[in-house]
Amino acid sequence: MSDVKQQQEVQDSKLAAGGEDYRYGFVTDIETDTIAKGLNEEIIHIISKKKNEPQWMLDWRLKAYRHWQKMTEPQWPNFEFGPIDYQALSYYSAPKQKKDNPKNLQEVDAELIKTFERLGIPITEQKRLTGVAVDAVFDSISVGTTHQAELAKVGVIFCSMSEAIAHHPELVQKYLGSVVPAADNFFAALNSAVFSDGSFCYIPKGVRCPLELSTYFRINAADTGQFERTLIVCEDDAYVSYLEGCTAPMRDTNQLHAAVVELVTLNNAEIKYSTVQNWYSGDKEGKGGIYNFVTKRGKCLGVNSKISWTQVEAGSAITWKYPSVIMQGDNSIGKFYSVALTNGRMAADTGTKMIHIGKNTKSTIVSKGISSDYSHNSYRGLVKVMPSATGARNFSQCDSMLVGNNCSANTFPYIEVKNNTAVVEHEASTSKINAEQMFYLRSRGLDLEESISLIINGFCKDVFKELPLEFSVEAIKLLEMKLEGSVG
Amino acid sequence: MLGPYMERIKMLEIKDLRAGIEGKEILKGLNLSVNAGEVHAIMGPNGSGKSTLSKIIAGHPQYQVTGGSIDYEVNFKKLSLVGMEPDDRAKEGVFLAFQYPVEIPGVPTSVFLRAAFNAVCRHQGAEEMDPIDFDKYLRSKMALFHMDDKYIDRPVNVDFSGGEKKRNEILQMAVLNPRLAILDETDSGLDIDSMKIVAEGVNKLKSKNNAIILITHYQRLLNYIQPDFVHILYDGKIIKTEGKELALQVEDKGYDWLIK
Repeated sequence: MSDVKQQQEVQDSKLAAGGEDYRYGFVTDIETDTIAKGLNEEIIHIISKKKNEPQWMLDWRLKAYRHWQKMTEPQWPNFEFGPIDYQALSYYSAPKQKKDNPKNLQEVDAELIKTFERLGIPITEQKRLTGVAVDAVFDSISVGTTHQAELAKVGVIFCSMSEAIAHHPELVQKYLGSVVPAADNFFAALNSAVFSDGSFCYIPKGVRCPLELSTYFRINAADTGQFERTLIVCEDDAYVSYLEGCTAPMRDTNQLHAAVVELVTLNNAEIKYSTVQNWYSGDKEGKGGIYNFVTKRGKCLGVNSKISWTQVEAGSAITWKYPSVIMQGDNSIGKFYSVALTNGRMAADTGTKMIHIGKNTKSTIVSKGISSDYSHNSYRGLVKVMPSATGARNFSQCDSMLVGNNCSANTFPYIEVKNNTAVVEHEASTSKINAEQMFYLRSRGLDLEESISLIINGFCKDVFKELPLEFSVEAIKLLEMKLEGSVG
Repeated sequence: MLGPYMERIKMLEIKDLRAGIEGKEILKGLNLSVNAGEVHAIMGPNGSGKSTLSKIIAGHPQYQVTGGSIDYEVNFKKLSLVGMEPDDRAKEGVFLAFQYPVEIPGVPTSVFLRAAFNAVCRHQGAEEMDPIDFDKYLRSKMALFHMDDKYIDRPVNVDFSGGEKKRNEILQMAVLNPRLAILDETDSGLDIDSMKIVAEGVNKLKSKNNAIILITHYQRLLNYIQPDFVHILYDGKIIKTEGKELALQVEDKGYDWLIK
């Protein structure tokens, strides 16, 4: 029996014995190439060198780092977190592979393939998912991307960010930082300085991407951070649906995840971006878990273009995340659909920013927050209508559901309107899953699980229907599992 | 009165039941025996424990049984209901029509009912029904209560009028086809036309294989559904049991003459 197997089994029995319901909490025992802890310009040089980056990329990182040094962590979110010692982290950790740069998936280390299979993400050509191309990111690097040849036939580029920097520098230079500038905020600046890997998608003019593209992020190593960077560009009349999933082992210490995602749509283009976030959220007492500080933003650069964010946020000790849309092109559309579930001692401060610049731009916000146990769940959103945005419209619906008496839900809507032709609507509600609802359903023969599932499904229906089918099934299961111990 | 007792199959036998909520005893040694094919009415002044009894039989988790027994027998299988999960009781054929039906936002009535129907089917080893067949089945039951098709897609009880909610309870009873149905003040808040429709529906569902317990304040409903027995519940006990004429006496004289 290999060490990995043993370790997995120990972990599995621990999970079963402890009644813990995080089935992704295992650790893959693999030799890693991890650089020394700490953050300084030399570290950035090392990261850049490991990735064989061109000089312009290194310069960009260093510039971001110098900005970051002058910045401070945001203090306004509605949660508290312990001080993060940025010098106590390692900023690059990659699994050592038998071959330095696997040319194709056949060369990827078997342990890595096994890890992703265990996570339900088969990446080998024989077992891969139909209709979905996957980029699998393990700690700091992408270990493989499926379906690349098939996508290349229609001109779609889907690869790791490292590959994109090497092979498509003109596109990366044009768009990287064009939506989230390097100095945008504390965590975005940190990411810009040290980002390791992530996905790059480019859909050329007139192409409707024939497959769903997806990236699966896995944090494995201890005392590291994951700083991925994703960039998706849709040229005129192009379309893509992109999915993102994430998990991490159960560890007693907090781990930092600070990602940046940038989306760009040109004329008549559309990007649908869906996330199911299930990072480890810590134990019942709030020990361990991922600190999830993420900057996601899309820019509708062209006219009639459309960006929609759909997220199911069910993990992380702390979530700080506001997927936003800048509607620059006339008649462009921004959408945000979110389900954020917090349990245990989790805290989420999440929402969106909808910035209307172009004429007749439209945005929709549907946010569903579910809090249980001792958790805190906040919606924070900004709707901003610039003077140029004649005829802009926004509709926001923010609903909160409380499960139990020790949790809290907050809504912080900000509205700034600088054009008097704009129409902005905001609706909000707070409700409770209560014993009477549960008794009603159970008295009709539905068991505890089915009853919770129905109630949650009903509450989140408007968001789930935006998710691709398999994702929505998975999301429902995930929420059910998380809530099982909290209702009853 | 109906035929002799011995021909009946005993379905529910409650003996010396003591139960309450949050440490407060509400049922104080209650006895009740119900046979298949019978309709029982339970009447009594406010606060006597009528609704508590219905919730205890259905298994409301917030109520505690502190003494006595509730035995239930269907298909030659005898079960003690005390301690059983509410959904397990439902799967064995126990049904409660709620006095205050609960709203489930975002869940279409048809989805809810099919989930419940299939849960019972699974338990009984019967085949589950697909959405198309279930839709037909559901519409056939709705016709019994002159219910509008719009119910099918509306979220369970959300924005239903009082009468619609009560009708929806009886629809659920028709769909799930229980063996023992308890109707907790289904008549309260109903106008006379709605009450006639509900009563007509209940009469159609009545058979020699099932039993119905009507909990009611008023004798009005009993003009439309003929009970075999009328029980007076007072201070947690059944203090009198007679035929349907007892309901008329109560209507006429109130409860005071029964309470000494």
